[in-house]
Amino acid sequence: MGAVGGTSHAFSGGGAHRLYRHGHSPVHGLPPHTKLAAAFAFVVVVVSTPREAMWAFGVYALLLAAVAYAARVPAAFLLKRLLIEVPFVAFAVLMPFVAEGGRIDVLGLSLSVNGLWGAWNVLAKGTLGVAASVLLAATTELRELLLGLQRLKLPPLLVQIASFMIRYGDVITDEMRRMRIARESRGFEATGVRHWGVLAKSAGALFIRSYERGERVHLAMVSRGYAGAMPVIDEATASRAQWSSALALPCAALVVCLLGWVL
Amino acid sequence: MHVPDGFINAPTSAVTGVVAAGAIAVSLRGARRELDERTAPLAGLVAAFIFAVQMLNFPVAAGTSGHLLGGALAAILVGPCTGVLCVSVVLLMQGILFADGGLTALGVNITDMAIVTTVVAYALFRGLVKVLPRTRRSVTVASFVAALVSVPAAALAFTLLYWIGGTTDVAIGKVATAMIGVHVLIGIGEAVITALTVGAVVAVRPDLVYGARGLRQRLRLRVNGELVDANGSAPSPAPAPAAARSHRAVWLTGLVASLVLAGFVSFYASADPDGLEKVASDKGIDKKAEEHASADSPLADYGVKDVADARISGGLAGVIGVGVTVVAGSAVFWAVRRRRSDDASPARTETTV
Amino acid sequence: MTALPASLDVSGLAFAYPDGHQALFGVDFSVARGERVALLGPNGAGKTTLVLHLNGILTGGTGTVSVAGLPVDRRNMAEIRRRVGIVFQDPDDQLFMPTVREDVAFGPAAAGVKGPELEACVDRALTLVGMAEFKDRPPHHLSFGQRRRVAVATVLAMEPEILVLDEPSSNLDPASRRELADILRSLDVTVLMVTHDLPYALELCPRALILSDGVIAADGPTARLLSDDALMRAHRLELPFGFDPRSVPAGG
Repeated sequence: MGAVGGTSHAFSGGGAHRLYRHGHSPVHGLPPHTKLAAAFAFVVVVVSTPREAMWAFGVYALLLAAVAYAARVPAAFLLKRLLIEVPFVAFAVLMPFVAEGGRIDVLGLSLSVNGLWGAWNVLAKGTLGVAASVLLAATTELRELLLGLQRLKLPPLLVQIASFMIRYGDVITDEMRRMRIARESRGFEATGVRHWGVLAKSAGALFIRSYERGERVHLAMVSRGYAGAMPVIDEATASRAQWSSALALPCAALVVCLLGWVL
Repeated sequence: MHVPDGFINAPTSAVTGVVAAGAIAVSLRGARRELDERTAPLAGLVAAFIFAVQMLNFPVAAGTSGHLLGGALAAILVGPCTGVLCVSVVLLMQGILFADGGLTALGVNITDMAIVTTVVAYALFRGLVKVLPRTRRSVTVASFVAALVSVPAAALAFTLLYWIGGTTDVAIGKVATAMIGVHVLIGIGEAVITALTVGAVVAVRPDLVYGARGLRQRLRLRVNGELVDANGSAPSPAPAPAAARSHRAVWLTGLVASLVLAGFVSFYASADPDGLEKVASDKGIDKKAEEHASADSPLADYGVKDVADARISGGLAGVIGVGVTVVAGSAVFWAVRRRRSDDASPARTETTV
Repeated sequence: MTALPASLDVSGLAFAYPDGHQALFGVDFSVARGERVALLGPNGAGKTTLVLHLNGILTGGTGTVSVAGLPVDRRNMAEIRRRVGIVFQDPDDQLFMPTVREDVAFGPAAAGVKGPELEACVDRALTLVGMAEFKDRPPHHLSFGQRRRVAVATVLAMEPEILVLDEPSSNLDPASRRELADILRSLDVTVLMVTHDLPYALELCPRALILSDGVIAADGPTARLLSDDALMRAHRLELPFGFDPRSVPAGG
């Protein structure tokens, strides 16, 4: 979607972002909008599962593991990406200590029962949500994602802002590198708090430089008739079979969820 | 402040989802006024910038993670409606790409970080720009203050959402202390970066700053030695009727004055904690508590009960007062403007009333 | 020939940037259909500003621009952008899609062409610049000269009325420079070439305009302008060392 052209690639190591894992698995091959819909539906189902049905979350994890296996995403890759959750793990760990309600003694510590449930709830649902997003990002190229959002009828202006955002991600990284080289070749190195002022002042300059570089690309696009929406060059539609294989995940999850409410 | 899946209960997530969708729909309509062919990439750049600053996460002790928000920068550079869209896009992409913030918590995150920051920052910014002299420096100063307040306001909004729909009943006072306390500090960082960026852009490319549109003058061109008015350059804001404009100025001045008093004077001015608390509660809390006539409102009791340190308590109460005032004020502002436009078109009055 | 309106007609064009800096002070000229014209001028003469007016990217000053009789204004913008093909100085600004094919297809696709017709359009444009075999390569893996040729193809795919080239020969090695000249000569399209590469202008364009301080300072046969030492000096235009325009056969 135009976003991944250019010469430097913060988000896009040769047509992909850094969370993307190149491959040709069946999961990679699914049309992006089916994957987006499936991931979203899966997370909705997970979140609406009662927290007491602990076994259900185990089944969800197994379902995701099956998807990861089909996508040939190694466990180590997936687990490393889960680290984004760490701040919330810290929060979850604190919950049993600070929450209200009845208390229970575990290993000599007085913990809140409610807090323990809360911690479990956040950890389980949060982790599954993160894992689903990581799998989606690992199997879908950035421009495909934007195309998928466009096909899911996200307003064109939002898609446009998103694609410019990704383009500018590259431009900003590139300009930042140039400015750092210019600073360092004049003997400046940011070593401590005293230099934050210089770096902060760079922010404004960085903004203008990035804008003016991106503006030229924009002018080139406008000159070729761009009027807000990316022209469709390759039409890709999802077949019924592709939809059903993508939606197999949330459907399986829904069954588990319903069982969780009934049992 | 990115809320993960399962952190806020399903009904609250759904309601905020509807709120977010509504706000985005309104913004999409408004953005058509704010954006033209040349500023569309600017919205993308603002989004990329916000993406970058939001990636700088630092964990907050008993709260969640804290980071710069960027709503104020977006509102000032590209206008409030486009600003809401920019931050929403950032949150959406973060959710999908980096799993930062849950997909089902998107409504909560957008309401909190895209809508509250942008609306609060822009209302404050407009008010200040109207009151201060019409110079570039004023734009920078107004950006600083707007960004400074927008971050704790978002933290306050988060606390409210947590109070309504948190899945674990941690005492609301503890959440508020952690969230708002830390975000007052983050607000300072946010204010510095926003003011420097806006200042730098206003100095070099004033045409790119939405909030500085009023500063632009009509260009006069020299053509073959004669001076000619440029036709239709520098789209000037549609001139509001004079009466309406002065009305608005008075109203905004009052709002800004009360904000400054309630928020910052109460936090820093007096060394006497009792006095502080009194000022803060006089300005912000008691009024609201009376209006709602509910003694067990979390805002009313928290300042007394849960927070031990009176100084922090007073300051927090002040900041909460600011937030409530701003939200209420924006609602009034919106209502007034709506009524005025209805008055202007009698045909519409029939349909809306 | 006289029945057709001029490919490009600019009259009384003046423009100032929002920061108050005025770049154009009343520009008048006209380019007939099929002509190849060089627009010469020193750095900062307002050349790029002028180019951005030709397809309505910059507007809001005074004066008018019309392309094949169609005035450049908001209503005609889509048609104007199809008719005026601008090749920017830096091909990296112009090529933003992941493959050469998608980049060339961008313009026609934006105009609503799709399917096999779009494919044919891409092939035709790439063949014109001799880049057909690079169709599925990412643009940033090509050499600079190849990228410039692809940039020309992206514009040719839209079958423009007039091709506007901003510094087409900059950063090209001599062989790429000659290849591009051959391509430009083979095209049946009106060309406006903005450059300060004077020998290149002489080689390709029978007619030249000198833009200096925001006005057209001279308009005439390229060979005659380049031979006028006083005129050249007055507008900071310098021929490369040892180059004598009088010793070269007239361009065309």
